[in-house]
Amino acid sequence: MATVTRPLTTQQRAVDLNVLARRQRSLWMDAWYRLVRNKAAMAGLGVIVLFGLIAIFAPFLAPYDPTYPFTADGKQAPVLADPIWAGTQFVDARYLFGTDNLGRDILSRLIYSARVSLIVGVIPVSIIFVVGVTVGVLAGYFGGWVDQVLMRITDVIYAFPDLLFLLIIQATLRNTAFGDLGGGLVLIFVGLAIVNWVGMARLWRGQILSLKEKEFVEAARAIGASSARIMSRHLFPNALAPALVAVSFGIPGAMLAEAGLSFLGIGVKPPMATWGVMINEGFLVFSTSPWPVMLPAFCIAIVMLSFTFLGDGLRDALDPRMKI
Amino acid sequence: MARYVIRRVLLMIPTLFFIALIIFTLAHLAPGSPFDKNENRPLPEATVARLNSLYGIDKPIHEQFLLYLGNLARFDLGSSLVKDRTVADIIGSEWPVSAQLGIQATLLALAISLPLGVISALKQNTIIDYGSLLFATIGRTIPNFVIGIFAIYIFGVTIRQIPALSGLALPFVGWGNGCGPLPSCDVKRMLLPTVILGLGEMALLTRITRASMLEAIRQDYVRTARSKGLREQSVIVAHVIKNAMIPVATIIGPATAGLITGAFIIETLFNIPGMGREFILSVNRRDYPLIMGVYMLSAGLIVVANLTVDLVYGMLDPRIKLAK
Repeated sequence: MATVTRPLTTQQRAVDLNVLARRQRSLWMDAWYRLVRNKAAMAGLGVIVLFGLIAIFAPFLAPYDPTYPFTADGKQAPVLADPIWAGTQFVDARYLFGTDNLGRDILSRLIYSARVSLIVGVIPVSIIFVVGVTVGVLAGYFGGWVDQVLMRITDVIYAFPDLLFLLIIQATLRNTAFGDLGGGLVLIFVGLAIVNWVGMARLWRGQILSLKEKEFVEAARAIGASSARIMSRHLFPNALAPALVAVSFGIPGAMLAEAGLSFLGIGVKPPMATWGVMINEGFLVFSTSPWPVMLPAFCIAIVMLSFTFLGDGLRDALDPRMKI
Repeated sequence: MARYVIRRVLLMIPTLFFIALIIFTLAHLAPGSPFDKNENRPLPEATVARLNSLYGIDKPIHEQFLLYLGNLARFDLGSSLVKDRTVADIIGSEWPVSAQLGIQATLLALAISLPLGVISALKQNTIIDYGSLLFATIGRTIPNFVIGIFAIYIFGVTIRQIPALSGLALPFVGWGNGCGPLPSCDVKRMLLPTVILGLGEMALLTRITRASMLEAIRQDYVRTARSKGLREQSVIVAHVIKNAMIPVATIIGPATAGLITGAFIIETLFNIPGMGREFILSVNRRDYPLIMGVYMLSAGLIVVANLTVDLVYGMLDPRIKLAK
């Protein structure tokens, strides 16, 4: 008598074997579930998403033009109005967060600053990621002269005081046509990329060096996979997790560098509003009117804390062993 | 060992050469000359030409660079183009201020972070531990100029307005102007900048001390020490702390070099006449020799600090072999 044998599902097989089976989940899903359970990381993510939305919808949210110190009827707006919660005689109900020393609306400037910060966080880090991955993977996989050159460049760049190098790039190229592109933003992207790509390349190189000796790479090579395929399908995904953690710390790092440079007066060019520029401009009147400085400083603190919580959470979720 | 040291010292030369080359090129790429500052009353062309030839700026850039290297080899940093002083003289008068600030901040950071890290590792997962972790997270996350702004607001502005507390208010204009090293200067003036500058390193060292202690506690030699009946106190002091300090010691060198050279933002925020502030001013004035001088000194300090760390590491931890 011929019996029809049907393939058992995973669950049925598990019942047969009397073990608890769970639906197969990828490592990435595991990491995601660990991340979701981390309250601090989720709070950080929430704040970051909120700031992202504010940045994207800035033109719809900002009540006034961030660079235009006049009211709708063309009169000079009140200068240094206090925010409405200050309860002083200098409060102006039209300006919820007050105005700065030129009469520009602080709330609108804060909102547009979020936009600049987001761009400064994302674009340089993307450049760093692409360049770092390419150089690092090639250097780690092939070794040879690519590796030698990378290591020599690393020696030089690691001896550079970071901030000093950024300062020099800013100070020397700021007044050229290139330094004017995007109100000085393009130069900041390039400067950040030059200073930071080496770290990312080193990270990838180290990962690839240890991964390429593993059995699964040997197996792939044994069945005739090309170098390109091994690098893109086997090495890249396996080395991705630490790089993602580095990216999650790189974004606030880039934002912070912009804020610091702008605070020193050699970052983004006015009248563009960024938190650093606002602090720089407000500092002149800090002792009599603290709000134009305190509010952007507060925004920087919140965003930096959120990114740290998210970054720590990501690190713990992606690799529980990496805990520091 | 001697061969290793010699090799490392010789390797510093090409590194410093490339740094000099890059910074020299960048500094000279900047548009404009140091003598065209006043646009309304330009200097006569003949005067500018004479000044240029006096300082050698009219020569081709590679010739200027070789000239500079030649002087550098004789420890001659040249003269400032703006002030009537030599670069060595300017650095000699500004650098002690930065060094004092940096050393004070480092000592403060060590005095607080080492005990804090040790205690929080010994009392892992208690309220003390969480408290110090929270402090470490905030300290490494929120940029020091933002914390500095909050601190100035609280200690410099708000407290001053409350009559009962006004005696606690701190000046925030920095030192200098006849206010020399510690005994002759009002300690109050140094308090805020020192604490704020030290916070970042304090947080970093707390984290590293704690992690390194936790690592050391789990080692086999600690179990051996306990099982042979040593008192808990001597286990902790002689076995755990002694070993846990090795990674900490390696961080202190470069962190201090960074503090001594890189307190740009804090010096600007508190208006302290140190090298950081001088550097930013010289960059804006295109004072090439001064830019180069400050930069080469900083890079030199960092290179030496890195080398010292590698050597000290080998001495502290006999398991590490230096000579290849």
